[in-house]
Order: sequence, then C-alpha cells, then structure tokens
Amino acid sequence: MTAIAANTRATEHTGPVLSVQDLHTWFELRQWGFLRVGSVRAVDGVSFDLKRGESVAFVGESGCGKSSLARTLLGLHRPSHGSVHFEGHSLRDLNAKELKAYRARIGYVQQDPYGALPPFMDIGRILAEPLKVQGVHDRPERERRIEAALEEVRLSPARAYMGKFPHMLSGGQQQRVVIARALVLEPAMLVADEPVSMLDASVRVEILQLLRRIRAEHNLTLVFITHDLSTVRHFTDRIFVMYAGRIVEAAQVDDLLENPQHPYSQALLAALADPDADNALHERAVPGGEAPSLLTPPPGCRFHPRCPHAMAGTCDVEDPPDFEPRPGHYSACWLHR
Amino acid sequence: MSRPPLLRVRDLQLQYRIRGGTVRAVDGIDFDVGRNEALVILGESGCGKSSLAKALLRVLPRNVHHFGGSVQVDGVETMHYSEELFRREVRWQRISLVMQAAMNALNPVVRVGEQVAEPLRTHLGWSKQVATKRAREAFDLVGVSGDFLERYPFELSGGMRQRVVLAMALVTEPDLVIMDEPTSALDVLTQASIMNRLKRIKRELDTSFILITHDVATSSELADRVALMYAGQIVELADARSFFSDPAHPYSQMLMASVPRLHQRERPEHIPGEPPSLADPPAGCRFADRCPSRFDKCRQAPGMYEPNEGQQVRCWLHAAGGRS
Repeated sequence: MTAIAANTRATEHTGPVLSVQDLHTWFELRQWGFLRVGSVRAVDGVSFDLKRGESVAFVGESGCGKSSLARTLLGLHRPSHGSVHFEGHSLRDLNAKELKAYRARIGYVQQDPYGALPPFMDIGRILAEPLKVQGVHDRPERERRIEAALEEVRLSPARAYMGKFPHMLSGGQQQRVVIARALVLEPAMLVADEPVSMLDASVRVEILQLLRRIRAEHNLTLVFITHDLSTVRHFTDRIFVMYAGRIVEAAQVDDLLENPQHPYSQALLAALADPDADNALHERAVPGGEAPSLLTPPPGCRFHPRCPHAMAGTCDVEDPPDFEPRPGHYSACWLHR
Repeated sequence: MSRPPLLRVRDLQLQYRIRGGTVRAVDGIDFDVGRNEALVILGESGCGKSSLAKALLRVLPRNVHHFGGSVQVDGVETMHYSEELFRREVRWQRISLVMQAAMNALNPVVRVGEQVAEPLRTHLGWSKQVATKRAREAFDLVGVSGDFLERYPFELSGGMRQRVVLAMALVTEPDLVIMDEPTSALDVLTQASIMNRLKRIKRELDTSFILITHDVATSSELADRVALMYAGQIVELADARSFFSDPAHPYSQMLMASVPRLHQRERPEHIPGEPPSLADPPAGCRFADRCPSRFDKCRQAPGMYEPNEGQQVRCWLHAAGGRS
C-alpha cells in the first residue's frame, strides 16, 4: 500500500456512511484485578444510520453514555455486542492496520482544548503528529497539509501560528487548533465531543459556525456530543437524546425542540432557560432523583423511576420499543402505544 | 436616615504583580447589594469576576500589587480592618463564599457533615453537638437528606456535593452569600434543581446573593439586578428586566445576541475580536476596538451614565448629548 492511509478514498459506497446496529459498549468491573463483579453498561443497545454530509447531535447528561458511544465510533473501545459499519465496512472485522486507516477517516475534536493540546509542543508539531503516525514521511507534503488545515480553521497566516505554543493562544484559538488537528488527515467524519462547552458565549458561536462551514465545504459527516440542547439548533440536522445508555428520542432538530415526545426530553427542555428576567419569579419543574446506575439499570423503561407519567405494570416491567408518534420522529416511551 | 445598603462597594481595585508589570484584574468597581437582593455579576473569562469575589472576601493570592477602595458592610467600612478582625467580624459571619469548583475541594477523608459544621466551630466556637444539629438544618435547606451527614464526599454525586458546599456557605446564616460559578460544572437537570433551591432560600430567608457567572441564561434564574463586567470594569449595571430585555451597552447587546436560544429561529452571532490585556488596558473605552458604534469620543475613558432609572452604562452613547 503505497498510498497514504489518509488518502485512501473508500470505494464508492452508497447508503449510510455510518450504520450502527444494536451497539453495546460494556466495561467489565473486576475486583482484585480478576474477579468479575459486573459490567458498566455505558452504551446499551443503540442503533442509528447517518447519511454522508449529515450533522447530528447526541444530547444527554453526564453518564448517559454519549462519550462512550463517541469513543466506540472512533475505534477506541471495542463494541461488546452489535455492529458499527463505516462506509460499508464492519469495524469488528478490521485488523490492526485497517483500524489505523479507519481512525484516519474519522477526526476527533476533544472537549477541553486546554487539556487536549500538549503544552510542550508547538502548533506545527502538534499537527504533524497525526500525519507522521499515518505515514506521511515527506516533510514538505506534511507542511503543505498543516498549512491548509490551519487556513481552514482561519488561523492565518498559518506560518505565524506553527511556531507558537498552546499557552500563547486564546481558548478559541486553541479549540481551532484542535479542529485543525482533526482535519489534517482529511477525514470523512468528525466526532466533536462537547466542542464548545469550555468556551465563552461569544466564542462558542464562532467555533460552531466554523464547524458548520467546514462540514458544508467538505461534505463531512459531523457528530456532536453535547449536554447543551440550546447550542444545537442552528448547527445540526438531527438530535438523538440519550438516557442511561440508550437513545430515547430521535428527530429532526426543530421538531424535537418544539414537540418533544419523550418525558425525559420534555424535562430537559423545561429545565433550560432562555435569558429572561421572569425566570427568577418561578421554579422550574425538575424530575426528582438522579440518573440510574449503569451497573444495575432499572427494569423496563430506564426513566420510569423519575418519570411523572410512569404507568405501574408497564413502564417498570417492559422495555419500550421505538414508537413513531410523528412522522420521522421516534420516541421510546409507552405513552405512544 | 435610611438604612445603608447591606454591601456598598466603591472604587474597588485589585492588581496582581506579574513578570514585567501589573494586571488590573479589578479596576474601579462600584455597586451596592440590598437586603434579600440577588446581584448577578456576569462576564466572560478573564474579565476579573473571580478576582472581584476574592477581593470582596479578601482571600487574596500572594502576588497582590495593590488592593484598595472601599467595602462597607451595613454602613461600616471594612477596608482598614486587620486580617484577624476581618476574619472574626466579616468572613463567614456576614459574608460567605462558594468558590469555583468548590465541590471538588471538599476534604475527601472527612465526613461531609463535619465539614459543613466546621465554620460554626472555628468561626463561632460552637460545640460539636450544636454545630452538627445546625448542619443538619442546613442540609435540609439545600435539599440533602440528613442521613448524608455521615457520608464522605466520594459517596455523593456532583450535584449533591455542590449542595453540601452551599450548605456550608449557609450554615453560619450570613447576610450575603457570594457564589462563583456554582452550577456551571453540573448537568442541566441538576443545575435547574439547585437554582430552584436558591430561589426558595432567597424567598424564605433574608439572605442576599452575589452570583458570579459567565452563563447568561442561568444568570437570569436568580437575578434581581445584573452587573456586566468587561476588562476589569462594570460596563452595565441594571435591574434584571431592563438588562435581559433591553440591554444598553453595545457589549451587552452583542453578548445577548451571541447566546443561542431554544425558542428563537434567528442565528446567534459571535463577537469579533478579543478583550484587551488587563496588563495594559487601552486608555479609552475598553470595548472600543470591538464596538460597531465607536466614534471619536471613545478614545477617552467613558464614565457611568444613567440613561434610564435603574440602568447605568459605561458608554459615551448614553452620556448627555450622546454621539454629538
């Protein structure tokens, strides 16, 4: 294989760019290093398809499995059960070399730019690293691609930034470097885990706009992982709401924000404020309790212990399947039966 | 004579010494906080809002270059208080502080009940038994079951730990609680339920709050008044209603426009440029470089003007005569 791994374009593939079926990512808990005592079911039966060029958001609270899902898609965790097909190839069948090439096809934008960039490397070296790992040994070629990636994220002139160290950049600029690093291998898909949660409001929108432009220009598939429903509206096509390792609701952005169907999505939306002086006058409706343990999730619907509409004998016994209460709008809740 | 406000801050200054100069983190701050009032101090990172909290409670780092101005509590000037007197009379007694990320600063090897009771024992000299009883009441106030007194921090979720830290700030029944980003590390639902608790506490007790945050939407959950900071100064100080529905300073307007909203189809807009360095702030208006409505006068530093009742703005547009 003489071609650079990153340059191998997948054979013309129609259908979804990413297809995930019944994915489970469980982490074994062991005592004294060998006694199995249980499994943390971080991702517990998740299925979805993504089209090329589509932008989707996985929304949920901490511990709902959204980051484990992202890391499974990136090939960092092995699925315990179920399948991930990327451009028609199953992730499970890849050998080590193919897995490396696969990882070059998916860019990863980490959550915390301050932690994601090694402080002792200059920007040029940080961006050269993935190219070296993927076997781009030609120095001028590397520099050409690094410059292109920096220009892409509007850090220009690129030459001026390549010699700088992360601490010399502002938070927004650091996050641009993280994005440039994800782009330098010219991936087909970007996974962005909370790309703006560490940034100030005025900078957030700028980074989201940047991601939107890059996606449009390269026809990238973009997967956002976020806890913040209010930032997704203008930057994604579809939303998946996750709770305790499962997708509980999936719909087009506007439809989900305006007509949330699952009681959990409704609670999330009700808890969010748009800035308004009236907010101080009344308390918000918040479901009691906390998200369940992923070690021993409750039987039936996982939200039932906190759900104001829980029906005894149904919700606490049987797992709800995906209903389609509105066209193209799926919700896993017995209320739609 | 009318009673003085609970807290009156005038020309508060805090400067740090760094290599090659000084950083003017808090640069001439004026505001009042009334009884049972919640003032939100809003600002983006690096605007000096956390330094302001530290200056108010005098928990200062070692590289302080200059600390001055006036902080009056109930009409009594405290700036000339010795460290010992300030600790005895003001800190925790009158004003308590919930620091940023305080929930991760709980002592991991001490039961949370003891930690909440500690300010009572060290600052007020209460016996362990009485202090624990009060700690239980404080737990009740913030919505944590009394059984949790016996637990260690690692046994609690993030939201519970944050409540415990709040209980610690409330246990001495201070007049004023300063909270620095109390909910920004928490999940949406947890955040909402803690804000609910704070609203209830504010309604039931006579406590005043200063809430320091970068989160515009959350800030509106508690605010009676809002002070927006930019580059070490307050640029707008207004009652919540005017601030959230009709902000006056160009920076306030742009900040509000950058907040993505759930129920709005217009796209949010970012603010181009970056705030000035606090080591060498510009002589004129500090926002001028990024301001779309700047004009000649902005090369001089603007004062605070009051275009409307209850709304003060540091911007030449609102001075008498405005742009002319």
